[in-house]
Amino acid sequence: MTASSIRWFWYASPQTFFPLAGTIARWCGLAAALLAAAGLYVGLFIAPTDAQQGEAYRIIFIHVPAAWMSMFLYVVMACWAALGLAFNTRLSGMMASAIAPTGALFTFIALWTGSLWGKPTWGTWWVWDARLTSELILLFLYFGFMALQAAIDDPRRADRAGAVLAIVGVVNVPIIYYSVKWWNTLHQGASVSLTRAPSMAATMLTGMLLMALAFWLYSIAVTMVRVRCIIKEREA
Amino acid sequence: MSEFFAMGGYALYVWGSYGVTAALLALEVFFLRKRVRETKA
Repeated sequence: MTASSIRWFWYASPQTFFPLAGTIARWCGLAAALLAAAGLYVGLFIAPTDAQQGEAYRIIFIHVPAAWMSMFLYVVMACWAALGLAFNTRLSGMMASAIAPTGALFTFIALWTGSLWGKPTWGTWWVWDARLTSELILLFLYFGFMALQAAIDDPRRADRAGAVLAIVGVVNVPIIYYSVKWWNTLHQGASVSLTRAPSMAATMLTGMLLMALAFWLYSIAVTMVRVRCIIKEREA
Repeated sequence: MSEFFAMGGYALYVWGSYGVTAALLALEVFFLRKRVRETKA
């Protein structure tokens, strides 16, 4: 069997993907629970108190992973949407629809925890700062995507309409990411980046990465369960 | 133990973050399970 004979479109059929999605959901769900337990233990018991912010900084173990997921899930959703438009594969649109609620959830969590972090450290729950405002727009993009899909009866048309919105909205993701560099914001710059050493204690970073991994696997698990529901609902 | 829950005076902010996140994730799982049951029926 040569590499070219791998049937890339095999799993693009909802029926063949259905059992695979179930297996992925089970294992990712289990791994997410274990990693979250480890991450919470490191974050709440092992990581030292921050010299400047005291214990308030412990919000980081939820805030940063949730904010990463909110942006990452949007990009993945837009990629599935684009695949659906390009190849007209049924599963792609279903995947995009399955990701949206979880993406919106993590966006809300990032905003909520950010607000609870802002009050003790900045002295305000909310400012119309570039980072905060662009993240709020991301939440509205998720809501808009879900509302648009819900408003169209024919699922295939809903997929195409939603895909256009998702693809256009993806321009907001780099704006969120670079907002702290491009504008003078109250929000601090990135503490973790690929280009330089992280500016925090090793145990803090470990806790944060464990929580990020847990959120990742959780997102995959719930998306797989949701896409199974969508497949059943549409193909019934 | 009470010192741990006090979070150095930041209990409202820290537990407000962790609590709401846990509750929302639990709600998502609850509604998803409900949807799974309904699609099976």
